[in-house]
Amino acid sequence: MAKDIKEIREKGAEYFFLLCSLVSIGAVLLICYFIFAGAYPALRDIGAWAFLTGDLWKPTDHPPSFGIFNMIAGSIYVTAGACIFGVPVGVFAAVYMAKYCPRKIYPVASQLVSLLAGIPSIIYGFFGMMMIVPFIQENFSGNGNSVLAASIVLGVMILPTVIKVSEVSIRAVPKSYFEGALALGATKEQSIFFVGIPAAKSGILAGVILGIGRAIGETMAVVMVAGNSNILPESIFKSVRTLTANIVLEMGYAAGPHYDAIVATGAVLFVFILMLNIVLNIINKGAQTSGGLS
Amino acid sequence: MIGQIKMFSMKNVASVTLRSLVYVAMGLTAISLLGILSYILFNGVKAFKWSLIFGKFSSANPSMSFSIVTTCVMILLTLLIAVPISIFCAVYLTEYAKRKNIFVNWIRLATETLAGIPSIVFGLFGAIFFGTVMGFGYSILTGCLTVAIMLLPVIIRQTEEAVKSVPDMYREGSYGLGASKLRTVFRIVLPSAMPGILSAVILSMGRIIGETAALIFTLGTVAQLPGGLLDSSRTLAVHMYISTRDGGAAGREVAFLTGAVLIVVILCMNIGASYIGGKVGKDFEN
Repeated sequence: MAKDIKEIREKGAEYFFLLCSLVSIGAVLLICYFIFAGAYPALRDIGAWAFLTGDLWKPTDHPPSFGIFNMIAGSIYVTAGACIFGVPVGVFAAVYMAKYCPRKIYPVASQLVSLLAGIPSIIYGFFGMMMIVPFIQENFSGNGNSVLAASIVLGVMILPTVIKVSEVSIRAVPKSYFEGALALGATKEQSIFFVGIPAAKSGILAGVILGIGRAIGETMAVVMVAGNSNILPESIFKSVRTLTANIVLEMGYAAGPHYDAIVATGAVLFVFILMLNIVLNIINKGAQTSGGLS
Repeated sequence: MIGQIKMFSMKNVASVTLRSLVYVAMGLTAISLLGILSYILFNGVKAFKWSLIFGKFSSANPSMSFSIVTTCVMILLTLLIAVPISIFCAVYLTEYAKRKNIFVNWIRLATETLAGIPSIVFGLFGAIFFGTVMGFGYSILTGCLTVAIMLLPVIIRQTEEAVKSVPDMYREGSYGLGASKLRTVFRIVLPSAMPGILSAVILSMGRIIGETAALIFTLGTVAQLPGGLLDSSRTLAVHMYISTRDGGAAGREVAFLTGAVLIVVILCMNIGASYIGGKVGKDFEN
């Protein structure tokens, strides 16, 4: 009898743990369902193509127009800008962390990178608004709220992601690769940049994709520095509105078809992220099956 | 002599350039962090007034007192929801699931997907599902549930790693003494993994404190001391955003001070987490 109770308890616990594990799956399904179901009325009434390619966003006009082309372009612009600033700096800093950092400094440098990841986005945005925007206003054209400001802020924000992931993949390159290059007469730099980095490239690429995901989904920091005008910016000093900004700026007062269109904006953003996830999975799978490393 | 001639060869020019770029990149990273931290802290100290921290909130004195309470309540409730679920999930994945279990791949795919979803999409989902469908409106409860989902992948992944790093010897020893699997998990595995789990929990506290986009439309933005689970309020980060957006020059002072408080708290948490987790320098090898 006692044995039965014990068995029931053991089995019961296992099922309970399984149930807890299924929460994440349930959450993903619920998120997909409610975002896409919420977006459906807008896409049906406006038409998916008109919604994606329309460049007029006048949700309160009669009749209203809902086109998010400028915001899709805006999100892509600032993300590309973030990569231009963040990726080179991030990869080189990762090389420092993996190959140059003295043992004594490493804990500090590593802590520094995690802190960069831990700072809330609202603080990045506030700093950008108080320092970077006025700087651009004084030294270049426009009022400072611009693609450039958003790109710089996002470029700093993706640094920790790029650094951490790249560092790990550079470390995973077998020592013999570097030693082989050194033995053939390469300098330390040549062994790293012409042997180590090519060998670690899929990991570095994964870091960049994660960074892109972070940049395209970033909201608060962008809203505070980008200006948010619904135009297609012709220069990097012009204001820009991203998909995320559109949601956070208008969700508070949107109602009816306007609300549906905001949810649809979120759905478009969600699809972007899902596509990035798929690319990431392909890269990671490729790295595993090619079996090149470690 | 030969060394000097070599110094100027093309090979060395390229190498020196690359090496300096490596140092410049790390320098830029450090400068951005220290620049942001010192700018906010410096201005926060300049804007410091006791009444702005502990005074009663009014339009004349947009104090953060109420949002400190809200932030603490949010941290407590969110962790209460997220931590047990995540730990049990990690235990299932590492201790129970067989290698070919069909659920495992799905669970991994789900946590990876959750980890990639931007906080504004969580906010949108929380507002629709918890706020409207479940009828919780703008409230602490809606905010907690939303942020709890965001934290799942973070805590699950780190707990999994902590649990995996517990040597099998411990488990075998426990089984050898006649302990059941359940007992082994709770008495041996989880206590041994505790430092890793704790550091995950502390880091998630940092994420709750810093979260803004997911909270504006779930927790809401009402400036009040919450009276119950269904009241709206602001966390510190939300208070900082609303003050910047609506508060004019006075609002910026508050934002500086709130930002400084946020940074101090997050600094302490990050450092604390890495000491407890014992992670600093562990993966060092040159």
